[in-house]
Amino acid sequence: MFGKLSWAAVPLDQPIPMIASGLVVFAIVGIFAFVTLKGWLPYLWRDWITSVDHKRIGVMYVLLAMVMLLRGFTDAIMMRSQQALAYKGPGFLPPEHYDQIFSAHGTLMIFFVGMPFVIGLMNLIVPLQLGARDVAFPTLNSASFWLTATGALLVNISLVVGEFARTGWLPYPPLSEITYSPGVGVDYYLWALQIAGVGSLLSGVNLVTTVLKIHAPGMTYMRMPMFCWTTLASNLLIVAAFPILTATLAMLLLDRYLGFHFFTNAAGGNVMMFMNLIWAWGHPEVYILILPAFGVFSEIVSTFSGKPLFGYRSMVLATMAICILAFMVWLHHFFTMGAGADVNAVFGIATMIIAVPTGVKVFNWIFTMYGGQVVFATPMLWSIGFMVTFVIGGMTGVLLAVPPADFVLHNSLFLVAHFHNVIIGGVVFGGFAGYSYWFPKAFGFRLHEGLGKAAFWCWLVGFYLAFMPLYVLGFMGMTRRMQHYDVPAWHPWLLLAAAGAVVILVGVVFQVAQLAVSIRRRAELRDTTGDPWNGRSLEWSTASPPPPFNFGVLPHIEGGDAYWEIKQRACRQATPDDEPAYQDIEMPRNSPTGVICAFFATFAGFALVWHIWWMVAAAALGAFATFVVFAWRDRAEDVIPAAEVARIDRANRSARASA
Amino acid sequence: MSGSVVGNEHLSDHAARDLASKRIIVGYGFWIFLLSDIVMFSAFFAAYAVLAGETAGGPSGHDLFDLTNVAIETVCLLLSSFTCGVASIGSRAHNAAMYYGGMAATFLFGATFLLLEIHEFVGMLEEGAGPTRSAFLSAFFTLVGCHGLHVTLGLLWLLTMMAQVFAKGFRADILRRVLCFSLFWHTLDIIWVALFTVVYLMGAGG
Repeated sequence: MFGKLSWAAVPLDQPIPMIASGLVVFAIVGIFAFVTLKGWLPYLWRDWITSVDHKRIGVMYVLLAMVMLLRGFTDAIMMRSQQALAYKGPGFLPPEHYDQIFSAHGTLMIFFVGMPFVIGLMNLIVPLQLGARDVAFPTLNSASFWLTATGALLVNISLVVGEFARTGWLPYPPLSEITYSPGVGVDYYLWALQIAGVGSLLSGVNLVTTVLKIHAPGMTYMRMPMFCWTTLASNLLIVAAFPILTATLAMLLLDRYLGFHFFTNAAGGNVMMFMNLIWAWGHPEVYILILPAFGVFSEIVSTFSGKPLFGYRSMVLATMAICILAFMVWLHHFFTMGAGADVNAVFGIATMIIAVPTGVKVFNWIFTMYGGQVVFATPMLWSIGFMVTFVIGGMTGVLLAVPPADFVLHNSLFLVAHFHNVIIGGVVFGGFAGYSYWFPKAFGFRLHEGLGKAAFWCWLVGFYLAFMPLYVLGFMGMTRRMQHYDVPAWHPWLLLAAAGAVVILVGVVFQVAQLAVSIRRRAELRDTTGDPWNGRSLEWSTASPPPPFNFGVLPHIEGGDAYWEIKQRACRQATPDDEPAYQDIEMPRNSPTGVICAFFATFAGFALVWHIWWMVAAAALGAFATFVVFAWRDRAEDVIPAAEVARIDRANRSARASA
Repeated sequence: MSGSVVGNEHLSDHAARDLASKRIIVGYGFWIFLLSDIVMFSAFFAAYAVLAGETAGGPSGHDLFDLTNVAIETVCLLLSSFTCGVASIGSRAHNAAMYYGGMAATFLFGATFLLLEIHEFVGMLEEGAGPTRSAFLSAFFTLVGCHGLHVTLGLLWLLTMMAQVFAKGFRADILRRVLCFSLFWHTLDIIWVALFTVVYLMGAGG
């Protein structure tokens, strides 16, 4: 009846996962009870869960990323303390648990923190910057989000029911094959990622179509803000790379479930094919994450320097060059495979070439600041912290791109330090920069500056304390993923790294406090004008938070830095312009299709993990029925009457005129 | 600010140039999805190319493939693409007979293709040449089976679209879905051409 599932799957004898999951379940039940008692459930269902508004979906993506960041960061704290304690001793985490923690940490941070964070920011901002009313496929957008949430849910269910993979964040065979990993851990990983991967792919299709096809009149490609360009590049990479991940994981699933021989040791399977395929997705993936962050920094540096972005065209060119080069360097992840000196040399040089467009970008940001009136608000601090940190991470990356050096350093803590250097210094700082920059746009009030700055400094200092020692340890020969060790020289550095993690923890506490304090003081932090930073692109031309239709009338674009131009012209004329003629606006209706699909996907994923075949069939049928019901609806849009549009837009115009 | 924000009636000619129609947007987005599907197939093709020689002492393509069967499959699929084209012309002309006739013919050809493929697979399984026999056969069944799975889902979609037109008529949003379906069906044909060449022709020859 329930396949492989029995009460033995719940780890009642292991205190750490039971306490952790107990707390999580308690928190979820608590929040649910609170929301129900307050009577907020209908509101949440109507205005958020079933919403197809790109802004709300963007907010939910970022929220998912932040909650998962807390989970992933907890894993990080546990690993750092384990390694600090496990000198000539077992530490507090047994090996099989420690292996699950580093696997879950990597999986969560890449797929359920990095991805939803950047996709959330793109969803929230790109249609506003393009002068559009929504993304190309709003209901699909909702389905994408909920499928991503399903993946995250499955990973977290594995904490309570069963186990998670012990194979690292990429399940290399033959370890991940059924012979060596007979448990359900790898299956949780695979199905969570297959389901979330569908979400990412659909969101990529959606955003590529949006950027290429949906603009306000006059918003030509070369007038688009930089963030739209990096969104385009990143989503092109999603469309081209995620299908490879889907295919690769499908092959591993077939090996595990049906006894196929793609990556097995026996019957002609080829283990190295997995490495090639997974990194053909995996390398573009790092650019999928970092390119949107580059876009965020471009917007922020330009806004807070009061200048247009320096070298806009070279920035576009650099972005698209990275987009293409991203597919040409995958082999540098396994120089030690033994492909030979010639092949390694080609991929080593190709890798170093990526540093060129990236360098162009860094110089462009610096030249944008040069001669500007730089305002050191929180978003700008994150941006400057990024520039310094990312350059260091980039240089250690070029070092690793030298094959002979890589033979010494691969799989050492030097590598771990390098990719945290670029991912924290790049993607995480970019996410937080975007969060503090666009928060007033999304919610209508600013975040508390003082606490934001405190959080930034803790993160920056904590990052260097936590990860510079790992570079040193890599040179000293310490490999990654060690549960215990007995080399005396490593111990002090690992203690230092643990201290760094504690400093980052203080930063996280400041961020939670910042959010709480900002919500409580929202009246005094209110953004009445919709343009709190004296911004340059169109998202600042509408109210904060924007109305459902974004713009009362579509703006007409006549140059780059569209909103800056509009403001300059208004200043020159010194008279308020005539009120535009408002018209009825058709907006897509909210739909529970996405969340219902994800509901069935959750059951399907869980049932597939535990081999409960009837439940798989029932869930598939349910998902198909959901699609058909959606396809049968007769009204896809609601009309917002012109009078209502006028009422909402007049408030925005008068706030702006008085400012 | 005048001139920067104008009422919709002023920008109607601009809008006509700059704002793509829903039909264009839907078709464009679906093409991008199809490209991603082709990328997924190319990963399976790559795996097949790597593993094609790894028969582990078992049968090779030369021993297994029956080109007559494959030729009939190919003809069925190509004809189904033609009838699918007829159906989509019928849908645009709001010609119900042409639409239903074309769709029904497409379904019959597609289902025949699928039955022939299942027949081939069952025959191989009975010979002990199933996907667990060797890496070559794993890659073969996955690549060809993935195409077959697409055809199966296509048939399900086809029936749904016939039912939709029956229930709702040739409404604009339904026509956009018919457009997407026909793009999907033609793409399966393109993939089959590659599959036919790389797997069957090259396999049977070697």
